[in-house]
Order: sequence, then structure tokens, then C-alpha cells
Amino acid sequence: MKNELLTGTSIMAVEFDGGVVVGADSRTSLGTYVSNRVTDKLTRVTDSIYCCRSGSAADTQAIADIVSSHMEILQVKLGEPPLVQVAANTFKEICYNYRDMLMAGIIVAGWDKTNGGQVYTIPLGGMIVRQPIAIGGSGSTFVWGYVDATYKPNMNKEQTVDFVKNTLTLALTRDGSSGGVVRVAIITKEGVERRVFLHNELPEFYQG
Amino acid sequence: MSSIGTGYDLSASQFSPDGRVFQVEYAQKAVENSGTAVGLRCKDGVVFAVEKIITSKLYEPGANKRIFTVDTHAGIACAGLLADARAIVDVARIEASNYRAEYGMPIPCMLLAERVSTYLHAYTLYSAVRPYGCSVMIGAFDKDGPQLYLTDPAGMCNGFFGCAVGKAKQNAKTEIEKLKLKDLSCKDLVKEAAKIIYLVHDEVKDRHFELELSWVCKESGGRHQRVPKELYEEAERYAKAALVEDSSDEDEEM
Repeated sequence: MKNELLTGTSIMAVEFDGGVVVGADSRTSLGTYVSNRVTDKLTRVTDSIYCCRSGSAADTQAIADIVSSHMEILQVKLGEPPLVQVAANTFKEICYNYRDMLMAGIIVAGWDKTNGGQVYTIPLGGMIVRQPIAIGGSGSTFVWGYVDATYKPNMNKEQTVDFVKNTLTLALTRDGSSGGVVRVAIITKEGVERRVFLHNELPEFYQG
Repeated sequence: MSSIGTGYDLSASQFSPDGRVFQVEYAQKAVENSGTAVGLRCKDGVVFAVEKIITSKLYEPGANKRIFTVDTHAGIACAGLLADARAIVDVARIEASNYRAEYGMPIPCMLLAERVSTYLHAYTLYSAVRPYGCSVMIGAFDKDGPQLYLTDPAGMCNGFFGCAVGKAKQNAKTEIEKLKLKDLSCKDLVKEAAKIIYLVHDEVKDRHFELELSWVCKESGGRHQRVPKELYEEAERYAKAALVEDSSDEDEEM
């Protein structure tokens, strides 16, 4: 994972009533070489906040580690889990301040008791914006239209998981540098539920 | 030296043989000499009321305010040396602003109070400095609703439903205990707070005083600000009327 580039990922996160669903493909590449085909790009920040990483693997791992440690300290100070908003802003602070040195496109998603399920997207320059749905990575360019046409507000948990699975499948079949399995995490009040959809379990679309 | 316990009050970094730090106690005395300040918290907001004693008639009205806004959602009411209080407010503002820059949201009141009191505490530890001669009440409306904290010169910090500091803190606390804080609205609370200040004011010792009132609640849009002019006047009328009633009650008893 030393040289995973922005051109090598499909990630997304979707809010639903009661939580969020985050998803990612599993390919890490060094140029044309697939250095890891079962990567986990869904990284834990706190028990109820995850981030989807795209860009340089080294950069995004380092940022996620820093934010995670910040949040751990804050949790002790506050005596309760930090808000998703706070974690996302900490990501932004790093991504913006070091924007000339970093290559990181991160989606922060999670659940807190104040604001429920939330998705914040932090693209290359270090902007931050909350959205009900966010997609990222090179694979995302192929599925913007699909997402716009398919996304409906107020989907339930299983509908949201299917939507994420379908979107990522379309992205990783068209994007040369995305692939492997689809990993999904569902973050709710109860905690995190992880699912893996192996390549033969993915839905089939038009292959022409 | 005449007896044990003398000569131990020259520095904040020295204990007396019976385990006291006199410099800190002197600082607390400075707070007790100040005009009374009251903080009340109900389920939808926090209210501050301050009895600002006017030391000279030559001051402009509204001079030397003792209630400060720290951030949009947080305010401070103080008792003690005003110059010290202003320095503490500066620190609180910096802390609030830093939190906002770092985490993109208003600082929770508990953290603000903790940071301010840690700062106050640091000034009770070194021989080269003196402790701050003032107590501050920190009130805010954050994500968990209304919050009220009180710090003292020693660096202690506690959360309250109602608190009072200054000259007449005992009387004010007795009055606060009579209120059903959980059932009252913020508007009622402003009037009650004004009443308490008028009630505990000592007409003989300090002739002139100015009432300061501020709130942070749903009605003020989650912002800490001085109460609107109409409400201020209403509260003042209510307080004065209660005062008249109170004194006529006493007459009857006699």
C-alpha cells in the first residue's frame, strides 16, 4: 500500500434514518500492479466514526491515525464520544493546512447522539461539506449519473446497503484501478456492522 | 512573629503549618467584598443578574460592565476585581475561539469552564504571581442545553442550577432555593433574578447600584446577550414592586 494513488479507489457513504452506510472497493495499486486485492479502506476513527480513504495510502493512513488519537483524548476530556462533526473538522484542519504536501480525499461518516448519522466529504483542497450522500475516488467519476438517478431520501438500512453495493459494483467494473471485493460498514446507535461482498456475490450489470 | 500562622501569607506558593494557602484565601476575600452576582439555570436557558455598585456619580451610565460575552453561545458574569475579571474573560474568549477553529463548533460549556479554572488554578502555584481576585460564572447554551458553572480563585469549578457570589451571596442563595428552577421559563427567571438583586442590595452601605441582566436561551436564539430593553424594564418594575410588598409585609408583622 506504499503508493496507492487517487486513481485507484471507489468509496462512498450514505446517510439513512438511524445511521450511515459506508462502502469501498478493495484494490490497492502501484501503477498497473495490484499490490493488495483485499485492502480495507474503511478505517476506524472512533467506535462510531469511520472514514473512507482515497489518495495516497501513506498520507491517508497517517491522517486517520492522528485524528483517531485526537478523538481518543477528546473522548476522555468530554467523558462522552466526540461528535462526527468534530472528527470531520479535525480531518479538514490537517487536509487544508498541509494541502500542498498531501494527496488525500477522505469521506468521514458516523453516528452521534446529537445529530444522528452524518456524512462529511473532504476532497483534495481541504474543503469540508456535509452531504446526505458522498462518493469519492477515481471510480466515482463513472457513477455520478447512477447516483443522481437512483438516490432517494429516507431509504431504510437494507435499501441503503443495496444502493451502496450496486453503486460500487458499477464503479469498480468500469474503473481499471478499482476492483476486488466490496466492503460495507453500517454505523448506527448499536455500533458497527461490517459486511463483505466477494466478487462472485456482486450484482451483474450490462457488461458490454 | 506573634503566633503560629503569621508570616505565611507572603507568597501563593507557601502553605501555612495548618495546611492553608493564605494568598488564595485573601483572593477569595476580594470576591466577597464585591457586589452580588446571581446565575440561574432553568430547562431552556441561563440568566445572569449583577448588582453593579456605582462608586462615583461621575461615571457614564453603563460603565465598568460586569457581564461579558465570550462566544455567541457563552457569557461570563463576575464578582471581585474587575481588572482581573477582564483578563480572565480574554483567556476565555481565546479558548472559545481556539476550540471553534480546531473543531468547527462552539465550545461545550463544561470544557470552557474547565480550561478557565485550570488557568486560575495555575496562578495559585507560583511565588512570582498572585491569584486572580475574582470568581466568574460561566453560562452557555450548548448541544446538551443550558449549562452554568462557577469558578473561584482557588481554581475550583462546579456546575450549578443556581449560584450566587459577592457580598450578599448567602441571602441570594436562600432566595434562589425558594425558586422552582425546573418549572420556570427564562423570562420568569430574568424577573426573579432582578428581584433577588434588589432584595439583597444593602441600601445603607452602597447607595447607588446599576442592575445588569443577560441571558442565553431559546428566546435569544441560543445567543448570550443583554436582555431586551422592554424585558429589562419589566423585570426592574417587578423587582421594585416585590420590594415594596416585602417591606409592607414586615410592617404587618410588627
